[in-house]
Amino acid sequence: MTDAFRNRIDLTFTVNGEQVEATVPAGRHLIDVLRLDLGLTGSHAGCEHGVCGACTVLVDGAPVRGCLTLAAQVQAAEVWTVEGLTDTGAVADLQAAFVARNALQCGYCTPGMLVAAKALVERETVPSRAEIREHMSGNYCRCTGYEAIVDAIETAARARAGEATE
Amino acid sequence: MKASVGGYARARDLAHAFDLLAAANGMGRVIAGGQSLVAALNLGLTAGDLLVDITGITDLRGVRVEGDHLLIGALTRHVDIGSDPLVAEHAPLLARAVPLIAHDAIRNRGTIGGSLAHADPAAEFPACILALGATLIVEGPAGRREVPAADFFVDVFETALDEGDILTGIAVPCIAADERHGIEEATRRAGDYAIVGLAGVRRAAGHRIVAFGAGPRPMLCGAAMAALDAGDLDAACAAIGGELDPPSDTQGSAAYRRHLAGVLLGRLAAQLGDPS
Repeated sequence: MTDAFRNRIDLTFTVNGEQVEATVPAGRHLIDVLRLDLGLTGSHAGCEHGVCGACTVLVDGAPVRGCLTLAAQVQAAEVWTVEGLTDTGAVADLQAAFVARNALQCGYCTPGMLVAAKALVERETVPSRAEIREHMSGNYCRCTGYEAIVDAIETAARARAGEATE
Repeated sequence: MKASVGGYARARDLAHAFDLLAAANGMGRVIAGGQSLVAALNLGLTAGDLLVDITGITDLRGVRVEGDHLLIGALTRHVDIGSDPLVAEHAPLLARAVPLIAHDAIRNRGTIGGSLAHADPAAEFPACILALGATLIVEGPAGRREVPAADFFVDVFETALDEGDILTGIAVPCIAADERHGIEEATRRAGDYAIVGLAGVRRAAGHRIVAFGAGPRPMLCGAAMAALDAGDLDAACAAIGGELDPPSDTQGSAAYRRHLAGVLLGRLAAQLGDPS
């Protein structure tokens, strides 16, 4: 079986703008490569079957589930986690709004929330509260309830659009 | 949990994918977006699979019109189905289904071919494909064949795909001028699989109403369709529950699902422009 199945996969991809080379087990999740192999523990592994959203990271600019993405499938992809997005300031306004509105308590869900919300606030139109709830429906918070999270995202979205907040 | 995988290989093209599946000796499994398969691996529902990753076969991605059909590559992602202008123009049912499928992060990786081949009886795309009367294009080591949607979905997670086959595309008849599409579903939370749902198409030739989450596969609802064709919405809403074979589970009883189907059919009929 030449050119056939492998148990360990050689990967080259970028994480937070830096090129990474790794050899990973075939079934390893992207979230585990990020957390366990690369030490980027900002993104969290929660339910591990795609429901809770704590592991949400960006792959080629789009939010994806780190637990439903095999690392083997991100060959040559560009991955961003909350660490990189913090360093570049890409989510600084969302982070400030989350803090100002107490939109986190234990913080476990927050990195995934920020990555998911980033995609929303980057759209051209300011989302309604219903649209924010719909967009964030794949990210669970078990501490705060969602009111403050929706408030924080709404504040950031309006500020980006140059609208005055209430 | 962590996924238990026997091995992984990236297919360069379809011929390579067929070779890999043959070499896997029955343990091969095609992976595309992985949004159902990796969840199943994580839950331990399947283990030791030899994964054949077809996502690098770029020919299988994208949408184009050919004659009076819309050809959708199996690797076209949900997010792209939802934003593609050709889909919006020629098969609006599929575009309308996209926001109902899971969440943004899932739609960014999940593919239409993966959803159809996985054949979850509560999923939206299989029901839409059946309502549209689409044709599934299946390729295998023995060649290419076309399978009508009505023959494709066999049972829970079971399709007409044989060992070594790959679903490569879907041919959807383009919408006619007087045709209407609609989809309705009930969920406890946004993005969940439907407790029960209905996909509907109204054509000059008659209605096609398909229920999902209401049996072992997407189900054409013949009695409800006949009543709608006769202009009797009340009779259709009364009939549809009796045509279904829904499960009872923590989301709802079979009786509740039957009742819900009648309620949803009333809403769907409004989308389809049927007189109430």
